[in-house]
Amino acid sequence: MLIPHPLLGPRDAQEFVYLGDAALIDRPDGTAAGIEAFHDYLYLRDNPAGQHRELWYHEQGDRSWLVVTRDTVTHEILKAELARDVALARGRGR
Amino acid sequence: MAEPLPPRTPFGLAEPLRRRIGPVGIVERFDLALVSLAERQGKAEAFATAARAAGIPLPGPARRAEAPPFAAFWVAPGMWFVEAPLDTHPDPVAALKPVFGAAASLSEQTDAWVRLELAAGDLAPLLERLCNVDYATAPDGFATRTLIEHLGCYLIRLGPGAATLLGPRSSAESLLHAIETAAAAIA
Repeated sequence: MLIPHPLLGPRDAQEFVYLGDAALIDRPDGTAAGIEAFHDYLYLRDNPAGQHRELWYHEQGDRSWLVVTRDTVTHEILKAELARDVALARGRGR
Repeated sequence: MAEPLPPRTPFGLAEPLRRRIGPVGIVERFDLALVSLAERQGKAEAFATAARAAGIPLPGPARRAEAPPFAAFWVAPGMWFVEAPLDTHPDPVAALKPVFGAAASLSEQTDAWVRLELAAGDLAPLLERLCNVDYATAPDGFATRTLIEHLGCYLIRLGPGAATLLGPRSSAESLLHAIETAAAAIA
């Protein structure tokens, strides 16, 4: 499987480490958002048969985190973005 | 009085290692200082200005650039490895810290890596057995991190028959074994 790295072009998936659902970027404030929101963030995941946004770490490359949009049925990779850019676009500080 | 301790190469020798296996020549170098240079958050402008003042090139992703006495290759967004001759820059962090101040974080890398210069008429048959870099189609000046056996290495293409390989110093013997095995297979 090839992952189209936004900076480095197509890279072999064996260079990457998979973390999981990209929703992990949106961590609620553990003290302000309440226990329910934090519980859901920590334990509940969607498990779609189809498009899934997930975090991949380019460990044997440039050490960047990517948000990869992948079809879990066909394994087709539809999009890869730097997680940093995704977080900044959502108004995060970094 | 203590006896002076002679410096040893990553292979435990007094002199740089030299090997020739069929068409492949391997020459070790340890006359270069290496330092990682990382831009601090929100300091992009000061960082670029300081690099220009110091004469340090900042190549784009997966590239190496030279500007003697310095050379630099890209390792991550906002981060480079900078090379300089060891005899003029024995302590590269101390030399560069005053230039960059709070705009950059520096860390000494010289003794973390073993540096092997590979030479052959065509290195592609060797490197395609060692790693997943498409060496034949990569441009000169291409620099990337890659996996050789189980070792994370930096591979820099200087030309179709010349490349620099930086591997973890503590695994220098294992890396050499991998290269020698692959070289023997194509000899």
